[in-house]
Order: sequence, then structure tokens, then C-alpha cells
Amino acid sequence: MIEVLFIPPGATVQDLGRDGFWSQGLGRAGAMDPLAHRIANMALGNDADAATVEIALTPARLLFPQGGAFALAGAACGARLAGRPLPPVWAGMAKAGEVLDLGPMTQGARVYLALPGGIDVPVVLGSRSTQLREAFGGHEGRFLVAGDTLRARDPAAEPAARDFSLTMPLLHDAGGGIVLRALPSTEHGDFSESARRAFWSTGYTVTQQSNRQGYRLDGETLDRPASGELRSHGIGPGVVQVPGGGQPIVQLADSATMGGYPKIAAIIEPDLWRIGQARPGDVLHFRRVDLSEAAQAARDQQAWLDDLQMRIDDFRNRQKGWA
Amino acid sequence: MASPSLSMIGSRAVLFHAPCPFDLAHQQRFWAIADHAAQWEGVREAVPGMTNVTLLLKDVPPDLDHLSCDLTALWNSGIRKEVEGRLLPIDIAYDGPHLAEVAELTGLAIDEVVRLHSAPDYTVYAVGSHAGYCYLGGLNPRLETPRRKVPLPRLPGGSLSVAGLQTGVSASMGPSGWNTIGSTGTRFFDPARQPAALLAPGDRIRFNPVRVQA
Repeated sequence: MIEVLFIPPGATVQDLGRDGFWSQGLGRAGAMDPLAHRIANMALGNDADAATVEIALTPARLLFPQGGAFALAGAACGARLAGRPLPPVWAGMAKAGEVLDLGPMTQGARVYLALPGGIDVPVVLGSRSTQLREAFGGHEGRFLVAGDTLRARDPAAEPAARDFSLTMPLLHDAGGGIVLRALPSTEHGDFSESARRAFWSTGYTVTQQSNRQGYRLDGETLDRPASGELRSHGIGPGVVQVPGGGQPIVQLADSATMGGYPKIAAIIEPDLWRIGQARPGDVLHFRRVDLSEAAQAARDQQAWLDDLQMRIDDFRNRQKGWA
Repeated sequence: MASPSLSMIGSRAVLFHAPCPFDLAHQQRFWAIADHAAQWEGVREAVPGMTNVTLLLKDVPPDLDHLSCDLTALWNSGIRKEVEGRLLPIDIAYDGPHLAEVAELTGLAIDEVVRLHSAPDYTVYAVGSHAGYCYLGGLNPRLETPRRKVPLPRLPGGSLSVAGLQTGVSASMGPSGWNTIGSTGTRFFDPARQPAALLAPGDRIRFNPVRVQA
């Protein structure tokens, strides 16, 4: 169990999202960085889909009144447990009464906190994710606030790997930007040649108008000579829309299910964690890929997760041997 | 006429659309395509938009040829799905903040706006944007208005709005660039209800004016 002592707005309970309700207009919700969410769960021995706490702004303070296992993954924020520094990805035990302090984020935008068995909130429409617009799911359908208490579903469980830590894949490239692989989308061919060249070759900065629903970007203006309004059509996480002003919007975890703006590209799913960790001021570079590269990227990420699972199992077995 | 097209809107999501008039007969073709495609191996969900269909796939498709071929064949077959939907009467207070503006923009008296807007039965063409929101067809062209230059950041759920040739009732609080002319207490989406969304494509709405206040 954890008690929230202090938390800025923006923290929610999330799992891997809500499937099967797109036809009723309900977006998926789910972790903005599904990779960090999965890793926090794996380090505790949880199912990948167990609910975690997604923390979008720090500093935050959390109390473990009875102690217990927990795991952290995602943004680096100088986490300290009872004053002892923890690495950005870590699993272990808190003693009764210990306080977890999350400091300013130095890299990335979201920290994931897992408890054994997952956060104990009800499953609504097939998921424990918070649906912010519709105000249900997660913890009372809302952002966490000071005074909230969250319980673990399996409070007595030991972490899969005690004092386990690992290094995440790099978020930024050597130039300091964030590279996102993307497929051309429906209206890609309607944009001018110079707009297409700018989109695939220049950087787009994440603006302050960015949240779980989507990010507004700022960069070279993208003009589309074709005029006329589009009829409303399906959109989803990763799609890059360009409204009349010519500055792109990326739809993310809390994306609407339908929209009307022209779409220049769609970020591939295995790279959505990167944009989920991008923060205002970060520069995004879109790299064009085709379907076979997109399929390969999905296989590569699964292989990386499978390998990580083996390393965690190995770490735990060695720990047991030494005990 | 240009040919149908299939494009990626995510690495496991495709959008199929075909250039066609915007009317019920054509929309019924997309309902039929969605019904068929939902049964296909590798398709998780098939959702009609406004004269288009979105397919959510299980995996990244190796190419679009196969899907494109199957969807185009369905389109060319002309198959339609006629829905004997239910008719839902909804009590509406025509009391929205932009009612007087819509009257001015259309050159109609306020009572005339209300009369024209509440006259037809509207068909739900598609459900989406936010949970339970219905895209309605059947607005009288005399009520056509432009979208607002400055959107409202927090329009409450249950707000009745018009823009272009569309009208609809928001199901939860959110931003809106449409002209809001009324309100209702009807809940269009309730996670505790089965199904959660009140209406489905093919259902119809009849607005019953209970109050007019501009």
C-alpha cells in the first residue's frame, strides 16, 4: 500500500489500455510509455497488463505505511527511498514507514511505479486504466491527489528480483533529438513536396500544449495545397495530424477515436514509448519507414522484452542460490 | 470518380475510404463493409466513420495489397446494410450560448431555428470522437453555419451543437469548435450500462424541444 503525501496534477493509474470499445467511441487510454510500464511490472513478477501509477510531474512523495515491494521505471528523477538514492529502473523492498521521494526529472517525462500484483483498482470495461475524459477507471476516474491511498493486489509478494536494476534503451540520439519511425498516412501525398521534405528531415519541437491526449509540435510549417474539409474518420495513438495552421499534432494514449484533420504520418507502435517520454522542448525527428520495417521493429521490441524477462529470471535464480 | 483508397493511420490501423456522396445510402455501404471486415482473420475491430471505415489489426500487415483488394471488392459489390434502428426521443432545452448567433448567421428567427432543427429524425451515421458521441446525418441545409474561430475549452456533456452540415450532442465535457444551441440530461455513455454507448449506427434521434431561451 502507498499513501500519496504530495503529487502535482497529472498522475494516473494505467495499464496497457482498453481494447474492444473503439466502435463505441471510447479511446484506449493506457500507459504513455508502455515499455517502462511493462518493465516495472516484470521486475516485480507482475503480469505485463497489471496497473501501475504513471507520474507525469515531480517532485512527488509517497509513503509505505506497512512497507512492501515496489518497482520504478521510466524517467530519471533522482528517486530516493528513505534518503537512499535509487537507480531510474529498480525493484526492491520498502520498510514500514519509509518514504519514496521522486525529484525533478532529468531525462524523460513519466515515471512508472508498480506494486506487487498491480495497483488494486476495479476493472471497468476490460481495463484498469484511467479514462480521464469520461471520468471512470483507474483511481476514481481522476488524477491522484495528496491523501489518496493505493493498495497492491498481492501485498505480501516479494519482488521477482530484489535490488534489480537495468539500463533502458537510449531515449535521445547522439544529436540530442528523439527519433521516431513513422509510416506515411492518408493525406501524405497531398502535402507540398517541400512540406514532405521538411517533415522527414527537420526537427519538430514538443510545445507546452502537450498532454496524454496529444502533443502540439512546432517547426517548419507544413502546407497542403489541396483544400476542402475531410469527412470525420478514424484516428488513433501515433497519428500525426496537420490542422490548417500547418503545425503538427501527434495523437497519443488518450487520443480521440475520430477526427477531421489531414494526416501526414503515423508513428509506429514500438516507438510510441519514446514520444511518451518526450517533454516540452524536446526535438522530434521523424524517420520514414515502410511496413516491413514497422513489422521488424515490433519483432525487435518483443525480442528485447523476452531477453529482459530471461535476465530477470536469471537474476532471481542466482539470488535464490546465494540465499 | 477517383478509386477507393487504403492508408495507414497507425502501424496496426488502416483507413479505407471511397469518394462518394455524403448520404445515408452510401453510409449504409460502409456499415456493411465494417460488418464484413470485423469477421476477417487478423481484424480486431472494424469501425465506420463518415463514409469511411477504420480497421484495427492484430499485427502489422506485410503489405496493403491483400486488404485493399478485399475492401475494394466489397465496395464495388455495392452491398448495403439497412439498419432498423430504434428511434430515441430526446428532450432538449434550446438554451445554448450560441443560439442567437446561429439565428443571426442563418437569417432565421430563433423559433424558426428551433422548428427546423427539431423537425427531422436524425440518423446516427457513426459513433466516435469521444465515447458515445453520435455523428448525425439529416441537418436542414438552412441551418448550416461555420465552425467557431475560438473553440470553447470546456463544453459540458449533453450540449447540442451545429457546425457545417452536422449536428450532435456531446457525451462528456471537452473542447468544442461548434455552435452550441441547446442541452439535455440524456447520458449517451455510461460504463455501468450494457452496452455503454446509448446509440449505435442506424439508430435515430428525435429532438423534442422542452424550452427555448436565447
